[in-house]
Amino acid sequence: MELDNIEKLIEKYFEAATTVAEEETLKEYFSQESVAPHLEQYAPMFQYFASAKKERFTKQVPLTSEVTKVKKNRYGWYSAAAAVAICAGLYFNQPTAIEDEYSPEEIAAAQEALALLGDNFNKGTHQFSHLNEFEKNTTRFIQKN
Amino acid sequence: MQQAEFLNIVTPFKDKLFRMAKRLLVSTEEAEDATQEILLKLWTKSNAISSYKNVEAFAMTMTKNFCLDRLKSKQASNLKLVHSNYTDDNSSLQKQVEASDSVLWVQRIMEELPEQQKMVLQLRDVEQYDLDEISEMLEMKPTAVRVALSRARKIVREKLLEKHSYGIR
Repeated sequence: MELDNIEKLIEKYFEAATTVAEEETLKEYFSQESVAPHLEQYAPMFQYFASAKKERFTKQVPLTSEVTKVKKNRYGWYSAAAAVAICAGLYFNQPTAIEDEYSPEEIAAAQEALALLGDNFNKGTHQFSHLNEFEKNTTRFIQKN
Repeated sequence: MQQAEFLNIVTPFKDKLFRMAKRLLVSTEEAEDATQEILLKLWTKSNAISSYKNVEAFAMTMTKNFCLDRLKSKQASNLKLVHSNYTDDNSSLQKQVEASDSVLWVQRIMEELPEQQKMVLQLRDVEQYDLDEISEMLEMKPTAVRVALSRARKIVREKLLEKHSYGIR
């Protein structure tokens, strides 16, 4: 009676109409020692499927820990923050125009004062022309030696 | 997500990914590399993992796509030539199987199947997934999965009989 059942299941099996549970019964039947002679031809299939399932993945997977992952992310944010800071610095440190800070009268007065200072400086430089004369004489003296 | 938590999610199906990769890539080393690659990819996406409906099916689809890409690339096709004549004797499976030659034949017959049938047969008869799950993993219609499965099983049976009666008939 059991054999009848197995035969039916095998027929269904090759039509891919069996359920997982039914295939399990087939596997069990073919894993035992006494298999009906006319069914023996199918035994290697089921035995192979059963043995193929025993293979294991033994290699270790080097998972980097969560900590380094977070660190990496943070560096990303650091660079973004730095870029923003630099842009902000450039924007806020733009030199303000003089016209905004001082009134025209103040500027005019400052310009006059600076012109006066320049004139007086130039007066002083006339005195330095004597130094040139001194330089000429000393070089002549050095060359003679 | 913590490492331990991630491993808890991944551990139940990582062997299945490996077996699927090995079914497609044949060589154990390549399959190990592929599985490692998939797990690392999952880990980098670990924050999004909770939003996936079915992580296992998602990972299996990733494995399928990754392996098929590997097979398509020129490098892998060179390797494949090397590995088709190559049996690694460090796997315990191989040793168990050596006892019975015809069981080994099933493996060789499966290697010759077209990729799609190979995957369907692996997922159904080795990993025992539902047809609906398989159709989700392989991005196929359920009816197409059923047809491919039936065809694959019949081919294996036919080839197995051929080997058995080789030289007799």
